[in-house]
Amino acid sequence: METPSQAAVSAGLKKRTKSSSLASGENLAGWLFVSPMLIGVFVLVLLPILATIVLSFADWNFVQGWDGIDWVGFGNFEKLLHDDQFIRSVRNNFLFLFAVPIYMFISMVLAVIIDRHVYMKAYFKVAYFMPYISSIVAVAIVWQVLFQPSYGPINQLLKSLGIDNPPMWIADPKFALISIMMIVVWTSIGFNMIIYIAGLQSIPKDLYEAADIDGAGGWTKFTRITFPLLSPTSFFLLVTGVISTFKVFDIIAVMTQGGPIGSTSLMVWYLYDTAFVNLKVGYASSIAAVLFLFVLAITVGQWAAQKRWVNY
Amino acid sequence: MPNQEAAFSWRKGILTVIMFAISILFLLPFIWMLVTSFKIEKDVFVYPIEWIPKQWNAITNYKEVWVGEYPFWKYYLNSIKVAVITTIISALVSALAAYGFSKINFKGSGYVFMIVLATYMVPHQAILIPQFILYRQIGLFDSHLGLILLGSFSVLGTFMLRQFFMGVHQEFIESAKIDGANHFKIFMNIALPLVKPAVATYAILRFIWTWNDYQNPLIFLRTDKLFTIPLAMQKFTSLSGEFYSLIMAAAVSAILPLLLIFIIGQKSVIEGIALGGVKG
Repeated sequence: METPSQAAVSAGLKKRTKSSSLASGENLAGWLFVSPMLIGVFVLVLLPILATIVLSFADWNFVQGWDGIDWVGFGNFEKLLHDDQFIRSVRNNFLFLFAVPIYMFISMVLAVIIDRHVYMKAYFKVAYFMPYISSIVAVAIVWQVLFQPSYGPINQLLKSLGIDNPPMWIADPKFALISIMMIVVWTSIGFNMIIYIAGLQSIPKDLYEAADIDGAGGWTKFTRITFPLLSPTSFFLLVTGVISTFKVFDIIAVMTQGGPIGSTSLMVWYLYDTAFVNLKVGYASSIAAVLFLFVLAITVGQWAAQKRWVNY
Repeated sequence: MPNQEAAFSWRKGILTVIMFAISILFLLPFIWMLVTSFKIEKDVFVYPIEWIPKQWNAITNYKEVWVGEYPFWKYYLNSIKVAVITTIISALVSALAAYGFSKINFKGSGYVFMIVLATYMVPHQAILIPQFILYRQIGLFDSHLGLILLGSFSVLGTFMLRQFFMGVHQEFIESAKIDGANHFKIFMNIALPLVKPAVATYAILRFIWTWNDYQNPLIFLRTDKLFTIPLAMQKFTSLSGEFYSLIMAAAVSAILPLLLIFIIGQKSVIEGIALGGVKG
């Protein structure tokens, strides 16, 4: 499976070879068709990227107006290195990565079972997909109530099972990040499972028939056929999953606002808080630049790694 | 496993039952939300949980949410307006671009497509600040139009629809050209009808994503009467304080239209997601 950024490269290579038979009418028509998209992307994405990079070298507060801009070179970045709240946010971001293999594993198991070993496949697909399509704000508010420390249903259940001091979940700095990760696992399973089911369906059936003839058991078939042939799918999900952890915002904004005491602050949350609550635009832009660099590094890294890990 | 379709398999049956139980557990937060929205407030946290309310209060709760002090219907209209218009513009812009990139052989298209796709990996949060400043400057801040424009230029939509346009045979297009049709006619009369199911799939996904979008309205809207459902939901929650039955009725109301659209279009949504590997 291709991610858009990989496809970009192959498209760039492909189009170059066949350009001799162009009529000028084709050129005009082509540009007309893509121009609405191009204008939108240029104004709303490309220009802002440049502006973010430029602003990351400035010390500027919204309320000062244009005259208040003070160019400080790499000053913002130096400050970030000593900013405890930022370092904690980066660390939380990396902790958050552990959610990805967990939901990928659960999704793969569910996909294998649902694809071959149950009736009512359509029901299962819809059921596990529900959290993914639901309004994240509504979902976050429901979980907030479920996690309520003293009278919330989850802790009532735990107490009735004999656990006297159940965790305070999102109110406890030690458990807050894990609680959020649990919810993200829950909402991500549906998407990952659907992609895995699509991956399973592209595995040729005769491989399994041949394995049956050789007398292979279910476990052998899984480890020798299913798992290796799913590796392109797994890789795709790993990359999109890792990148998506850097974008987790809604659930933090609704449930914890980065707290308690910064324990659920992720880079994106800290960026928002710095820019739109504290109005420190230049400093927030430098956080954005770092965020951008992280995602860029992951994307470049995936190309390098892909050739080695993935069986096509 | 030959002839597994032919006869009822006990192994499959038992697994189905087990998986069904797990799926119910998985859906418990939704079930709890729905049941709670029907209860009177003092029964909300009764333990053991009453999965069937002893005292029904559904009508009062939902009436309070929809036409009470903070009436949801207003924000529903906002959400419908924003989501419908965004979906239409975005589908159109994406389809035009996708056709241009796949069916017209114009100079530089490969490079341009590469640049457009490369912007996909930019996390939206990294460009929020310049967008915010730009919107303040040109007067799009705190308006539905601004919100709609933010969702209208979808790289993902272009990428996804391009995959489908590439499946349209080049001969159709060449023969139409010989008959004197220009690209616009070919697009409207031949190519677009052929990829209609893909456009529908994308439109459903875009509608769901726009409906659920929280971050853009949070940053680009200020005026309460312009709020869309996710913002209204949050405000309703803070206004309602401890009235959890009402909050759950609001949550059900926020999710319900999506659920209906999803159940109606589930086959094409699931297939579309699987085909495009699409992620909001």
